[in-house]
Amino acid sequence: MKETELHHDKDIRDDLAWSQINSDILKSLENPRRGYWYTVIGCLVLLAIGITAAVLQYRYGLGMAKNHPHMWNLYIATFIFWIGMSHSGTLLSAILHIVHADWRKPIYRFAEAMTTFSLMTALLFPVIHLGRLWNFYWVIPYIPARGTWPNFRSPLSWDGFAIMTYLTSSALFLYIGMLPDLAIARDNTTGWRKKLYSTLSLGWYGSDRQWRIFRKAYMLMAIFLIPLAVSVHSIVSSDFAMSIMPGWHVTTFPPYFVSGALYSGCAAIVTLFILLRYYFRWEEYMTLAILEKICKLTFAIAMVWTYLNLVEFSSVWYGHDIYAKEVLWSKMTGAYAPAFWSMMFFGSVLPFTLAFQKLRRHIPTMMAVSILLNVGMWLERWMIVSPTLAESFYPWAWDVLWPTLTSWAIVLGSFGWFGLLFLTFVKIFPSVSMYEVKEMVYHRKLAREKGAAHGHAGGAQPAFSLSMRKEDGS
Amino acid sequence: MKKTRRILGLFGNFDEATNAIYDIRASKIAGLSVDDVTLISPIEHPEVEEALGDRPVRVQYFTFCGGLFGLVGSWLWISSAQAAFLVQPQGGKPVVTLVSNFVLSYEMMILGGVLSTLIGFLVGARLPSRPSTLYSEKVSLDQVGIILELDDTQIEPAKNLFRNHKVLEIREEVMK
Repeated sequence: MKETELHHDKDIRDDLAWSQINSDILKSLENPRRGYWYTVIGCLVLLAIGITAAVLQYRYGLGMAKNHPHMWNLYIATFIFWIGMSHSGTLLSAILHIVHADWRKPIYRFAEAMTTFSLMTALLFPVIHLGRLWNFYWVIPYIPARGTWPNFRSPLSWDGFAIMTYLTSSALFLYIGMLPDLAIARDNTTGWRKKLYSTLSLGWYGSDRQWRIFRKAYMLMAIFLIPLAVSVHSIVSSDFAMSIMPGWHVTTFPPYFVSGALYSGCAAIVTLFILLRYYFRWEEYMTLAILEKICKLTFAIAMVWTYLNLVEFSSVWYGHDIYAKEVLWSKMTGAYAPAFWSMMFFGSVLPFTLAFQKLRRHIPTMMAVSILLNVGMWLERWMIVSPTLAESFYPWAWDVLWPTLTSWAIVLGSFGWFGLLFLTFVKIFPSVSMYEVKEMVYHRKLAREKGAAHGHAGGAQPAFSLSMRKEDGS
Repeated sequence: MKKTRRILGLFGNFDEATNAIYDIRASKIAGLSVDDVTLISPIEHPEVEEALGDRPVRVQYFTFCGGLFGLVGSWLWISSAQAAFLVQPQGGKPVVTLVSNFVLSYEMMILGGVLSTLIGFLVGARLPSRPSTLYSEKVSLDQVGIILELDDTQIEPAKNLFRNHKVLEIREEVMK
């Protein structure tokens, strides 16, 4: 293999100097490309549109969103979308950490941030959907003076517990993983940034005691987060599956929701990967080899999602539930058919572009594909919520409801809100893990040198260790 | 003798730092043991930490206790809440429902485990704290440091040991 091709296939260059890693990543706090600021302005505009619509909705009532008689409509679909989006960041980061897949190191930080901010965005929607956000505290389980009390048997209560646990745990996982980098930022900045990083780094100085405890605590958190992430979206699926509504009372809903969540999350990681690589000139860290790996993962999850869709459709088709069959048929041929078939195309056909190496390495194509995959996944959530309500057991609810401008504006506003949170994060905090990229570079270099000493061209050796030194007699 | 001084040696080469620790372990300086050594490193570095020998980490006990507390505590909390609210229509179902309470307790077990892991981490790592005045910002860049707690007679031998392993810089402070 030619030298250039070899270099091309590496997850990261192993001759990067540590001082360069520090300066390249810390530069992102000061000096993004103009595109970053254009995106911030775009997000501000979207947020302003969303806030205006929300204010109007509170002024004139929920009729502006035309929810009646379905109640659950675009807001709940978008809530599920954002919960789903949150899944890949922390879950993949935790899984890849446990299996020691070191290519996660340059990308996990922003993916975890994406999780936290997606959850914060998702949490807005049940409140918006209720219409009276000032009464939201009624769902909190405290000793009731007015006789209100949450129904613990309801999956909606479970949602509250699960999402708050997930948000807390994900935010802590993100923070703990960032401590050593906050210390690096503390040592290399001045002014308000130094004060901020000094406070947040808690006095971390990288002693062996701190690293040992850090390693174990981080691993324990990762182990907790995997079942937690799976449970969160399973519980969200229970909001539907525990009902007897046609199209919702489906046994495969929990894995279907989890796979859909992983799918949209992976697609979002691809989008944000490309954006950050461009904004901060991170071609050395967010390499095409890593992009390829995420794309392959996305493709695999897309196929799982497609399979679970087919399982659901065939179960209904060959089953004896005529109401469920009616809903499925109506999705395929009725008023929602364009949205349904678009979902199938974006979710099941378009991912085949990820199967081709040339396309996986073509950044504009991957950017467009990743966005369209998420359009498909948003349509999936809408197709879960609305068609069933339009064909439910209540004849007075048999109506196809198209979202109003107000509800579209609030949905768009949520993208602005998420974008602003994310862009603010990447401008204030190092969104690539400096210490872990250093580890990655260090261990890969040692492995290459060790491989070269043993006559292996690729140097595909396990990480360097003292036991290896002893075997050599060095 | 009483430990009166603390010195920091900064190394550019991790192997040299590791070998310096091995020399200390081999008791090349009388009265100085590996327990007097603190390694400070810019990356998680199990290879160099191996030279320090086993040093126990007890954060998992916090995790276990927190998880157990979350599980049992939330079960009791939710059950007592259900039992206190008698107006709720039961529809023939039990007041304290096992299945739904299991879901909620499972979530709270994880939350308890995560929060207690955080507490265990902060307690074990002695955070928040002020970094030692010996701390060098070069450690957050690309150097590895060894801090030794010494009595007056050990200072010169320790510095010589560092020099034998190509130390880049030595700093010293009086212990309070």
